[in-house]
Amino acid sequence: MRDVYGETLLELGKIYPNLIVLDADVSKSTKTISFAKTFPDRFFDVGIAEANLMGISAGIASTGKIVFASTFSVFASGRAYDQVRQSIAYPNRNVKIVATHCGVSAGEDGAMHQAFEDIALMRSISNMRVIAPSDGVETRKVIKKIVEIPGPFYLRLARPATPVIFDESYEFELGKGTILREGKDGVIIACGVMTYIALEATEILLKDGIDIGVVNMSSIKPIDAELISILSKNYRYIFSCEDHNIIGGLGSAIAEVLPPTEARLIRIGINDEFGDSGKFEELLKFYKLDSSSIAERIKEVILNDRI
Amino acid sequence: MCDLKRLAEIAKRVRYNTLYMITKAGSGHPGGSLSAVDIMVTLYFNVMRYKVEDPFWEDRDRFILSKGHACPALYAIFYELGIIKKEELDTLRKPGSRLQGHPDIKKLPWAEFSSGSLGQGLSFAVGVALAGKMDKKDYYTFVLIGDGESQEGQIWEAAMSARKFKLNNLIGITDRNGLQIDGETESIMPIDPLAYKWRAFGWNVLEIDGHNFSQIISAIEKAKENKESPTMIIAHTIKGKGVSFMENVVDFHGKAPSSKEWEIASVELGGDSIE
Ligand SMILES: Cc1ncc(C[n+]2csc(CCOP(=O)(O)OP(=O)(O)O)c2C)c(N)n1
Ligand SMILES: [Mg+2]
Repeated sequence: MRDVYGETLLELGKIYPNLIVLDADVSKSTKTISFAKTFPDRFFDVGIAEANLMGISAGIASTGKIVFASTFSVFASGRAYDQVRQSIAYPNRNVKIVATHCGVSAGEDGAMHQAFEDIALMRSISNMRVIAPSDGVETRKVIKKIVEIPGPFYLRLARPATPVIFDESYEFELGKGTILREGKDGVIIACGVMTYIALEATEILLKDGIDIGVVNMSSIKPIDAELISILSKNYRYIFSCEDHNIIGGLGSAIAEVLPPTEARLIRIGINDEFGDSGKFEELLKFYKLDSSSIAERIKEVILNDRI
Repeated sequence: MCDLKRLAEIAKRVRYNTLYMITKAGSGHPGGSLSAVDIMVTLYFNVMRYKVEDPFWEDRDRFILSKGHACPALYAIFYELGIIKKEELDTLRKPGSRLQGHPDIKKLPWAEFSSGSLGQGLSFAVGVALAGKMDKKDYYTFVLIGDGESQEGQIWEAAMSARKFKLNNLIGITDRNGLQIDGETESIMPIDPLAYKWRAFGWNVLEIDGHNFSQIISAIEKAKENKESPTMIIAHTIKGKGVSFMENVVDFHGKAPSSKEWEIASVELGGDSIE
């Protein structure tokens, strides 16, 4: 995802002469470095100063330019929260915050680097839109789409390369979820890296005769309330799936728009705790967010309910 | 209190174990860990007052590693002190380990502060030092910050407050290795003239060679003589110090050595004489 971000910025830099990129001393990690090399006059590294990063971005955007501001998600959403709120969101500035190393994907760096709250923080700011793409293809489509839409965005990208889910014919639409798989017994609504893991989980469940659908909900805000309403009529179980605190994230966003329904919403994510050091895959297991743990959880819910 | 010869011996082992852990983990921050070893070893084995068996002892001197990514060096020191067991050196950055990717006081209270988000340690240190004044305690608070880290605005907010509260019991040390992630501090976001900045904020400022034990010791002695203001010791260091191919190489900020590189590095760090 990060590599795609770097490549797409390069592409867009050629098309949009008013596209400016800023980073805070992590350009090799966020991959803004490729833009920096090609367009040195339109790239600014502000050093280790995230609040300043957001403030300067807002100022540049106020003159009619498109600004991409990047750092790790924990600092973009937390360290610079007030600057994002006051200087960017309130005046509706055209700043695209592209935050990498989200959730458990910050990996070995541990708790202090793992943002489990960024969706909640950014989602609750008026004017801010929040997208968590699920693979490289979608990342590129999202970036190309939001560059055309004025106003602030928070893009949540994972650190590791993730399996490809979408083909090039896919078009991202703001506020729209995508049905990746129909099922009978329930449906998983996932975002970010959890989408491919959810797809894997459904394969495991099929072996137990449990047929679960998957919806990719990368557009967390605005969310696809219409699709969620339809899903709640068609399925008895809705499982939200995210590498984020279950408080305030995708699951909460779904709950907010869920109509009065027979369907049960089960939120799968980080259970209100801080992170730990480990490799991405190790941590997924640690937090029971790997495909087999998710399959296990879903199976448990469905079987217990049948009794 | 260890003499200079002993300090050098300890620092040698600490460098070796620091890099051993990072190599074993396959990720981590060798550059900024190695640049800070001599400073931290001097503090723990010559300067500071503490009880290994009681990390909560009220009268202990405090050391706050604000540039938390250098924690492998801290863990290697804790190993010397017997706080960490030998087997644990193999668990750096693994789930559930006490040796998290950044210091975690919930697992390892001796670390004093869960750092990792740069720029926050100095404010915490101001609070600790201020409380020491309130409680009429005679402990000192030491805090190590990075030169890149000094670009965070919060550092300068803390700087102002330390002077206002006349915290002569607060001693800051800047690991002035000249590098951050994206390159040299002076090209990414210049912080020079650094000594003038701290002086302008009302601090007592000393500049030393951060790899010279006697300079580190005497700077701290001088800092303790000051009755009015906090002290910032600007310690000129070499990022990656001790490993020829890491010294002053920006790419070794956050990259573990390969097993081939470790073979060379471990010899340079005196591997054969250790164990
Ligand atoms: C608030 C914050 N922003 C960004 C980072 C990512 N980061 C980790 S280390 C580092 C560079 C630190 O440079 P410096 O302070 O000079 O440390 P040293 O050279 O001693 O390793 C950065 C930007 C972070 N840990 N915290
Ligand atoms: Mg540095």
